[in-house]
Amino acid sequence: MMAGFFNFLLQRREAGILAMIVLVAVVVGTIEPRFIAMDTLRIVALAVPLILTVAMGQMMVLIARHVDLSVGSIMAMSSIVAGMMFRDLPDLPIMAGVVAAVGVGAVLGLFNGLLVVAFRLPSIIVTLGTLSLYRGLVFWVSDARQVDPQFIPRPLTLMSQTSPFFDIPWIVMIAGLIAVLTHLFLNHARMGRHIYALGSNPAAAPLRGIRVVPVTLGVFVISGALAGLAGIFYASRFGYVNPGITGVGFEFTVIAAVVVGGVSINGGVGTVLGTVLGVVLLGMVSVALPILGVSGFWQEVLNGAVIVAALLVDRIVRERGVRAATDARSAA
Amino acid sequence: MTATPTNQAGRESAPARPRWQVLLIRPETMTLVLLIVAFGVASWLSPFFADATFILESATFYTEYALVALVLTAIIISGEIDLSPAAQMALTACLFGWAHKSGMPIALALPATVLFGAALGALNGFLALWCRLPSIIVTIGTMIFYRGIAQVIAGDRSIGGFPDWFIGVDWRYLMGIPVPVVILTLAAILLGLFMGLTVTGRQIYQIGTSPEAARHAGIRVRRIKMGLFILLGATSAVAGLITASRLASVRYDLASGGELQMVLMAMLGGTYIFGGRGTVAGTYLAAWLLVVIATGMTVANIAVTSQLIVMGAMLIVSIIATNFIYARTQR
Repeated sequence: MMAGFFNFLLQRREAGILAMIVLVAVVVGTIEPRFIAMDTLRIVALAVPLILTVAMGQMMVLIARHVDLSVGSIMAMSSIVAGMMFRDLPDLPIMAGVVAAVGVGAVLGLFNGLLVVAFRLPSIIVTLGTLSLYRGLVFWVSDARQVDPQFIPRPLTLMSQTSPFFDIPWIVMIAGLIAVLTHLFLNHARMGRHIYALGSNPAAAPLRGIRVVPVTLGVFVISGALAGLAGIFYASRFGYVNPGITGVGFEFTVIAAVVVGGVSINGGVGTVLGTVLGVVLLGMVSVALPILGVSGFWQEVLNGAVIVAALLVDRIVRERGVRAATDARSAA
Repeated sequence: MTATPTNQAGRESAPARPRWQVLLIRPETMTLVLLIVAFGVASWLSPFFADATFILESATFYTEYALVALVLTAIIISGEIDLSPAAQMALTACLFGWAHKSGMPIALALPATVLFGAALGALNGFLALWCRLPSIIVTIGTMIFYRGIAQVIAGDRSIGGFPDWFIGVDWRYLMGIPVPVVILTLAAILLGLFMGLTVTGRQIYQIGTSPEAARHAGIRVRRIKMGLFILLGATSAVAGLITASRLASVRYDLASGGELQMVLMAMLGGTYIFGGRGTVAGTYLAAWLLVVIATGMTVANIAVTSQLIVMGAMLIVSIIATNFIYARTQR
């Protein structure tokens, strides 16, 4: 019975994460009842959209068996470009800033993709290079100056504070919409299915008529564009953009959330639902720590431990899968 | 016997390349040429540059990363990678600072720190080799984990108060050369001889070229790789201690971003990212190349933050160039 339940959790990764979320809520709520309150939910909800938006792109990159370490720097680049536009051209409509941010993100993502495709380099090393390259560009473009709060347009900051209904802030709703669109794209669009096929078996993909180059470029461009959009969310949520702070180390938070959500680092495996739950779980923990009086310094330790643990779980699941398949074959 | 050499199958083999050509297309040669060019450009930009003491003094900052990069080179040659050594430097240094502050005598704290570093390396090795997780991604996990613990230990303050004899290793000289540079050079010679002349050293190359073949040839692949991870951990601890001595204090963000510099040194020195090729000498030369470039940029008044652009671009270009050279000389 217990073993059956454990197997079920391993098979339906989403159920396992959901169980973890409930567990965290119950444990933290018992110790500190303040945690179970609408206010906390709001804080969790506000911690989520930035990570969630970037996580959707990172998830696609991972499913295609690549990694994008440069998303934090891309986010900063988009954020600083939009922020400087708002500062230097006050009459500009906000939408122009949004388009610029997404565009900058897409271009930087395209550059990552081109390097990976053209030179057949491991994406993790390429994006380690562009992580630094783009961050340097951020300092260079901004002249190492922060975009101060008074320059961020009021309507933009209000997106994080006001809500169309149910008290759910705008940016949370937009992030949710992106998650839904990603789900539809991955499951119903041709390219979405091709991303899974490419990641499951990169050698077989071209033989099955999947055009590897456009798909690979596509995931990096999408990842960059979503990181760019998250740059706008950053300006909206925090009300400033700082070249040395915005998005530093953000890629690791995102990767932690994505792998906790059951996306395999070995490609081909991962769902939007799992990733959303992974983001929510990490968001909840980050809100729970200070409420429990645990130093925020533990957050990083947890992120690191969570990545290693998620890799181990993935390993165990895959080995079970192989064993199950072998058993089935020998039984037949 | 004909003039053309024949192999055992009796077929004619391609004539051996002339020795000068073999030397010329080695990636280390590229590094050496770049080093000379960079040196020329830097001295042209500023007349103050071509001053041996100035370069040696500015080198001390990079020796810490270079020391680790030497061992990292061996790890990359064996087909693994470790992105956590900079975090290991921070964690071991913070632990050392904490131990000293809690009253542990330094004579005891020093070896304990190195042992602790070895343990951190062993954990990486265990996860990568026994749990068979891809080292490139699992060491990102441990990188965040180690730096997180450093932050928990040290908080956001710096720990200092080391005795006078411990601090300032970078302005102690041995025959006119700063001690860290001496340490780096000795380490490079030792590791270079180990990789080039010992059986284990050659086996590391074989493991990287074909792990499968190496295992069938009876090479203890896991044991050797584990040894390298442990050595990397211990070396990171030593580098962390040198940094602590240079700065006279430790903080959790010590050596932050160092993993990029270390990988960059290995790549710039012509180590093949997919394993099996590369030399310690190349990494040693690349370390000096970085010293010259970074110092040159500082002398030319380029902000440290903008230097990130150059570092990132160099990493990408050096992998492309190395891959290109190896693709050309494959068979």
